[in-house]
Amino acid sequence: MTVESTAQRKTTRGGSKRTTAKKASSAKAKTPDNAADQVEQDQLVQLLTPEGKRVEHPDYAIDLTPEELRGLYRDMVLTRKFDAEATTLQRQGELGLWASLLGQEAAQIGSGRALRDDDYVFPTYREHGVAWCRGVDPTNLLGMFRGVNNGGWDPNSNNFHLYTIVIGSQALHATGYAMGVQKDGADSAVIAYFGDGASSQGDVAEAFTFSAVYNSPVVFFCQNNQWAISEPTEKQTRVPLYQRARGYGFPGVRVDGNDVLACLAVTKAALERARTGQGPMLIEAFTYRMGAHTTSDDPTKYRADEETRAWEAKDPILRLRTYLVAEGVVDDAYLAAVEAESEALGKRVRETVRAMPDPDSMAIFENIYADGHALVDEERAQFAAYQASFADADAVAEEN
Amino acid sequence: MTVFEKITLSKAINASLRASMEADPKVLVMGEDVGKLGGVFRVTDGLQKDFGEDRVIDTPLAESGIVGTAIGLALRGYRPVVEIQFDGFVFPAYDQIVTQLAKMHARALGKVKVPVVIRIPYAGGIGAVEHHSESPEALFAHVAGLKCVSPSNSSDAYWMLQQAIAGDDPVIYFEPKRRYHDKSRLDTEAIPYPLHKARVAQPGSDLTLAAYGPMVKVCLDVAKVAAEEGKSVEVVDLRSLSPIDFDTVQESVVKTGRLVVVHEAPVFLGTGAELAARITERCFYHLEAPVLRVGGFHAPYPPSRLEDEYLPGLDRVLDAVDRALAY
Ligand SMILES: Cc1ncc(C[n+]2csc(CCOP(=O)(O)OP(=O)(O)O)c2C)c(N)n1
Ligand SMILES: [Mg+2]
Repeated sequence: MTVESTAQRKTTRGGSKRTTAKKASSAKAKTPDNAADQVEQDQLVQLLTPEGKRVEHPDYAIDLTPEELRGLYRDMVLTRKFDAEATTLQRQGELGLWASLLGQEAAQIGSGRALRDDDYVFPTYREHGVAWCRGVDPTNLLGMFRGVNNGGWDPNSNNFHLYTIVIGSQALHATGYAMGVQKDGADSAVIAYFGDGASSQGDVAEAFTFSAVYNSPVVFFCQNNQWAISEPTEKQTRVPLYQRARGYGFPGVRVDGNDVLACLAVTKAALERARTGQGPMLIEAFTYRMGAHTTSDDPTKYRADEETRAWEAKDPILRLRTYLVAEGVVDDAYLAAVEAESEALGKRVRETVRAMPDPDSMAIFENIYADGHALVDEERAQFAAYQASFADADAVAEEN
Repeated sequence: MTVFEKITLSKAINASLRASMEADPKVLVMGEDVGKLGGVFRVTDGLQKDFGEDRVIDTPLAESGIVGTAIGLALRGYRPVVEIQFDGFVFPAYDQIVTQLAKMHARALGKVKVPVVIRIPYAGGIGAVEHHSESPEALFAHVAGLKCVSPSNSSDAYWMLQQAIAGDDPVIYFEPKRRYHDKSRLDTEAIPYPLHKARVAQPGSDLTLAAYGPMVKVCLDVAKVAAEEGKSVEVVDLRSLSPIDFDTVQESVVKTGRLVVVHEAPVFLGTGAELAARITERCFYHLEAPVLRVGGFHAPYPPSRLEDEYLPGLDRVLDAVDRALAY
């Protein structure tokens, strides 16, 4: 009896809180309410069809200059080239592993180009296209996959945090960072990337809760690429993922993740909401992992070729090119120039990676603590002495 | 057919799961990618096909959820065998394991049993990226209510898993992933060795090396090299880390007078520290040298290009053997 009434009270309290939150956000919301109705119908926000036809959407307009359009195309082509190069380098033994973004270029370039320099990105391990947009040198991404470091770039120099392998963790970091932005009174926004599989993690659910409660300026960008290694999205959810947001009290939208224009428009709108105090938003970019999960994976074990082939017809780069050619935004000379640039990038990536030296073994003891630690000092010294004992032995061997 | 002259450690685990599932319909296998794919290491290969999706369950990507629901299933009479995909990914489940799984039997004054087995491919040596090579066993062995074991060969892998599943306590079963493809002998009709008993893997008289899981092979190699140099090294395969069979180690040290403990996990507050303390207490007057430890540093597992230097290998263990013998 007592237990029951406590539970009852709790539900009422939670319920009323949510209602208040919802009222507050809908009062301030710039995104029209019919956006919610729209998503309720399970519709993808799409601005460019797979055939390369430009279509309009009532809530997400976009008007780009020819130069901007060409830029998006170039970004996607170069990102795909870099990715293919990395896959090859893994095959050749130059990298230990590679997680390909093949097929997800539009989701990453569209959302990445929506960001301002002062915004902050929390990626997974597959956001090579977003890294590109942030100006992180692509070769920097390869260190951890080669096994020479566990990150290797300064997150603050491009407002692009380190790759996070432990699924879902970064959603909370993004939320906390956004809480800090809010406390500072800044109008920057934060974006957290994660996958369909990650949507099952407690950390992601908790990030939704915190960001909703504090109305934090964070955008959750979920690339639903249909697979979490061998598990299809149905193993993670019974509702379309974007609908999860509703229960937390912020809007969710499903966007065609292979449509760079739609990804750009929706992410811009979401970031704008965040900047103007309207709190978090969830974007589900509906896309497809065209390759294996990583170079260690063999997708023939769990998915049908036909499925992959069907998604080939929705290729993000092809559809943009078709559109740009039809509109006369690009000509053969431009396409050839991008092609040449991509070859040059591939060459630079190959050369840089092959020349990447192995770290010095004493790096094991570096940067473990900001303020130092006696045990680390002791073990570092012991290890150095141990290694020196071999140098001595080598010298003796040489003398003899 | 009961004797496999050469079977890989991963196939032995697969056979063990199969035997457990055949013997007891309450045994379930659950985890990420364990069903259709058969696990990222193929350890559960074919089980879903043979036992159905009801018993071999591809779970959502949520370790806390996996272990938490396994606890619930156990309370309902099932025997879930949970796979955590890699060592570094067990931590979302750490709360469930430490605050719930480990303590439930005691809190219920023994009225409930929670026979959950958690399989964790652990330790390094496979050239992997971050979080895929860690040795977190001490973090579990430190918790009362959990048992922790780690096989080093196919026969132990086969028997120890079945014993863990058949037992009524929660067991963390650490699988040495770099030994998955190592082949050794398995007799599926042998009389199994007790789960928590250590075994002398190589008899010797000058010094005892104690190890478990992936380091047993390294220690056997060390014993060979040492033998060529005229030193007789005994290798004790601990097999169980909670409880630890101190008696077997004591017996060995009383004979040899010297002990070196080898593990990949950081030595600071690790298994070796516990052995050093207990064996010193039990064998003080038999020891000719202080108990030495060879293991990981107080450092995050390094990027893979440094792991050969980080991990205890032949040279580092031999160095410790020499130092111990020099006393
Ligand atoms: C906490 C945790 N558990 C398991 C893993 C192993 N793992 C790596 S990627 C992955 C699937 C992730 O799927 P999703 O979130 O959809 O992202 P995608 O790889 O498709 O981009 C799994 C299970 C991990 N990295 N972290
Ligand atoms: Mg996915």
